This record gives sequence, C-alpha cells and structure tokens, in this order.
Amino acid sequence: MKLLTGNDLSTGDVVWWTGESWSRHLAEAVDVGDKGDVLAATEEAARRVNVPYVIDAEATPEGPRPAHIKDRIRALGPTVRPDLTLKPADPQAGSWVI
Amino acid sequence: MYKYDEYDAGIVAARVEEFRDQVQRRLAGHMTEDQFKPLRLMNGLYLQLHAYMLRVAVPYGTLNSRQMHLLAHIARKYDRGYGHFTTRQNLQYNWIKLEDAPDILAELATVEMHAIQTSGNCIRNISSDQFAGAAADEITDPRPWAELLRQWSTFHPEFSYLPRKFKIAVIASDTDRAAMRLHDIGIQIVRNDAGELGARIYAGGGMGRTPMIASLIKEFVPFADFVSYLEACLRVYNRHGRRDNIYKARIKILIHALGAEEYARQVEEEFQAVKALGIDPPQAEFDRIAAHFAPPAFEADAPDTVDRSDPDFAVWLDQNVHAHQAPGYAVVTISLKPIGGIPGDASADQIDVMADLAERYSFDELRVTHAQNIVLPHVRKADLYTVWQALREAGLAEANLDLISDIIACPGLDYCSLANARSIPLAQKISERFAEPARQRDLGELKLKISGCINACGHHHAGHIGILGVDRKGTENYQLLLGGSGAEDVSLADITGPGFSEDGVVDAIERATDLYVRERTPGERFVDTYRRIGMAPFKEAIYG
Repeated sequence: MKLLTGNDLSTGDVVWWTGESWSRHLAEAVDVGDKGDVLAATEEAARRVNVPYVIDAEATPEGPRPAHIKDRIRALGPTVRPDLTLKPADPQAGSWVI
Repeated sequence: MYKYDEYDAGIVAARVEEFRDQVQRRLAGHMTEDQFKPLRLMNGLYLQLHAYMLRVAVPYGTLNSRQMHLLAHIARKYDRGYGHFTTRQNLQYNWIKLEDAPDILAELATVEMHAIQTSGNCIRNISSDQFAGAAADEITDPRPWAELLRQWSTFHPEFSYLPRKFKIAVIASDTDRAAMRLHDIGIQIVRNDAGELGARIYAGGGMGRTPMIASLIKEFVPFADFVSYLEACLRVYNRHGRRDNIYKARIKILIHALGAEEYARQVEEEFQAVKALGIDPPQAEFDRIAAHFAPPAFEADAPDTVDRSDPDFAVWLDQNVHAHQAPGYAVVTISLKPIGGIPGDASADQIDVMADLAERYSFDELRVTHAQNIVLPHVRKADLYTVWQALREAGLAEANLDLISDIIACPGLDYCSLANARSIPLAQKISERFAEPARQRDLGELKLKISGCINACGHHHAGHIGILGVDRKGTENYQLLLGGSGAEDVSLADITGPGFSEDGVVDAIERATDLYVRERTPGERFVDTYRRIGMAPFKEAIYG
C-alpha cells in the first residue's frame, strides 16, 4: 500500500493522510494508491501540510506499517524517549520500529 | 565575557523582526516551502523527523548563567523540557513550533544570543577550546581572536553564499581540545621568536564523507594581518570552490585538488590585494574585545589543597577536574553522559542547576564542549566538594570524562532527517556494557564517537573507536573504525571491515578492548596500542 505523509506546517508534527484530512496517528492513514502525488500537490498548495511525500507500507492486522524504519520512527516518535512518543504508556512500543 | 555593543544588539534585533515577518508570510501562504526554507535555515530552524528543530549558537562555546537559565526557560516554555548540546558547541531544541520561533529568537536576543550562522553555506559559529581562559597550558585566551572572527564573519556580504558551509576553530595551546585540524580552517594562536602573538593557519580539514586533516598553510600571521589573511583564504575558496557538486564543494576538496602549497600561494597573492583595502581592525579594537575576556578576580590566597577523603568524590576529581592557570582553582567538566543516558541531553532543571553553580562558584561562566559536555571553568578548589555534591544530586556527577562511556553521538535516526541509523540507542548499550567504573578507568582514555550517517556529525572519523551507522537494505548496520583522533595527535580512523548489527558492534568493541588489555604496554592508551600493533590483530580479534 501507499501512504501519504508530511509535517504540519505550523507545529511540524508528523501527519498522515486519512482520506479526508490529516491525522497524527498512523492507524488512521489510508492507502492513496496512485493518487499520492496529486493529493500532495493539492494539500501543500492549500497549506494544510508541509513537504508531503508518498511512502510504501504494508497492511497488517494492527494497521499500516511503513516499509522504511525512518517512517516507522516518524510514526511513533524517538525510540530513546518513550515518554515523548505517541504511546508514552507503552514502553515496549519502540520494538515495533525495529 | 563579550558584551554586545549597539551594533551587535541592532543587527540581532533587526534579524528577529525580519524573521517574524517571514514566518507570518509563510503561515499566511505568501511563500512556498521552497522559498521559505533558505530563510528559516539562516535562522537555525530545520525541519527534522518529528518537528522543527532550532539550533542556537553558542559562540566559541561560552555562556553566562543568565544565558543558560534562558536556555532552560525556552526548553520548558517552547519545547519538551530539555535541550541537546551538540558537537559544534551549540544547543538544539527538537520540538519547536514554527509559529513560536520568532518569539524564541526574541527571548534569546534579551540575553545576547541568536541562531545566526548555525546553518547554511556561510561561516558557521566559531568554535574554540572549552578551557579557554582557564587552561594551564594556553599561551593566551583564544576567545578574543574567535570573537573578532565572529564579528568579521557575521552577515559578511561576500561569504553568505559560499560553495558550502565553513567551519573555523581557534585554540591557543599545543593541546588540541577543539579538533582544530578537522575544521575548514584551524587556527592556533602562537608566539613568534620576537614573543609576539599571531595565528598559525591550517586549512582544508573536515570530516563528512571525505575526511581530511587540515594542512599547514601559514606558520605565522601577525594580528595586524589576521582578518585580511582570513579574508584572502575565504576569497580563494569562494572563487574556486566547486558549486556543481555538493559532495565536492568543501574547501578540503579544493585544497586537495590544488595542493596545499598552491592554495597557500593563491591566498598569499590574494592577501596582497586584500591588505590594501584596510579591513584589519586597529590594535585598540582588539584590546577592547580582549578586555571583555579579562581573567576574573581570582583570590590570591585561595587554598590549593583538596580533601579527598570521600572516595567517590576523589574518583570524580581525578577524572573530571583539570588544572587551572590560577593557583587554588580548577576546571570542572560536567559529564552529560550518564550510563544508559542520551549523550548531550540535559533537562531544563539540570540546565538551571548548572547555571546556578556557574553563578555561585565559577564567576558566572560555563562552556559547552564539542564532546557534548559542560565546563565550569573557574572553580575554587575549596568549593569542588560542594559543587560535586550539587551535581550528584542533579544526576550530573558521572566520573567518566574521556573514558569509553563519555561517548559523542549525533541525534541519529531518532531525530535527524539525514540519518541512516540510530546513534543514541547504540551509545546507551555501549555505556551500559562498560558501565563498571573500575573497568572504564582500567581501559583509560578511550574516545568513542558515533555518527548516524556519512555526514559525521558524531565525529566517527576522529574516534579512537568510531562507529558509522549505514542503511543496508532498510536495516540499520554499523561500520566499526579504529585509530582516529581529533586531538593534537590528529589522525583519521580506519574501517575494520564488514559492518555489524547494533548488538554485534557492541560485542565487536568488547573484543577490541579485550585485545587492547592483553597487548598494551604500561601507560599506553587504546589508540597508542592500535598505532603500534596495527589493524591486523584487531581484525583478527573482532572477526575471528
């Protein structure tokens, strides 16, 4: 599957395209198929996202899993600061990245 | 330390308001990211993996307590309660909002700080010896020279769009604590036979994907020619440095292509033209700057002895405290490398503690080191125990300076958009593997440096043991290097062979240190043994 991701213009937060808008949560990301580049251009022009790009991901029962470790770290947060990730209550969340 | 005059204050204030306008226009949609990116980078604002990152300049690594307290305040108010001290003696915040950036810069300006020259193809923030003004072995304080270069280079119209970034380090002792010869230009302040101070100039050093050691290009430049000579060095680079290939754009590539002698000849020729422009400041201006760096009012009768009866304190004293030029005083290095911690990170509370200690016990001065530690440069020996107790209470009393757990590590793939592999978890695992204090001290001086990509922000080329993180088909992989040094015995590390997994490289390091313990002669450091016996036995030990 293909996901569209970028950073929020104002906060810099990592965001994912949900089909209608942008979410900080990877679980809400949808497969953009071959429409990623067009969506990226439209959304960036409307200032709803900064530097969007399309990534490869795998559909898993737990939700999308980005193919590259860099995007998995982007999705979760720094593996060395579990308290600053999107899953601060789960100290083992970092193992999903590896 | 240096105080802004009306020109410094004016240009910094103007830059803040200019950037505020640029941010507003970006947020309002009047600028694209392509248009805005070079403007934000000129103000130290990067976009990293999780958020915007702001890099704050700490000129030649010197701070006062008011500045340090403000860094803590910004960490609390605008970031997530911590800051990261970098290998360029600066500080980075990892979680900045674009809309807050102008307010942060305005707050920094209230304590004479900014983020200028922390990005872009300009002359970057000048770095220096963290023991400047305190070191027992320096011939003069190098910071007035560095400050003069800061004033010369800030917004220099000719050198704001160089072929590539440009880094300068200034030292004034034979002991190199600033990796001087791994800079684009390295400067050592020396005395000539007449006893006059001047600059010995090295050029063409650097790390990155093509590491090189700077070559000596001028034995002695008197102060009267100092700025003109540097101007000539930059002009020759600006004229002939490559702009067609970012990987070949640094001055080291130019000097390698021309040869150091030919580069020096062209600089000399250019210098004759530049000298006629009359840009060198008069001695009185240098004296004005130097007066800001006058030694503090040391007590003439400060006790020169220290009570070593607390064994933990004695260990810290031996490891983290250095000789001072004034009797009765000492230089304290605060390790930001707790076992299992993140190299260079400090919480806002810890930053406040260090600021308070500087104000009370170190004549209001702190320094950031390129090894990502903090220095209290002027502590009375009589106060060392009190300082150590306060540091211990704040989790800042790790007695591991220059030992294997005093690891330099770049932010790596946990934060950096350029990285190929994570650096910090590896640093944590290594420090935990070698955590036992007696074992670390037995291994002695061992500088271990980790970079998460070929850009080498973690100085892996200069590590006695260096580690480079690479991306091997989407998996983190680590190359091991041995034999580098950023000190006066400068050398570039050699790659041992095939790379390792994260756990594999920790095991490989242990096999290398075990070999060292078996092979060393009395007094020999790890790097000395490597130089004596060569790579082959280490390869055999590491790869079997």
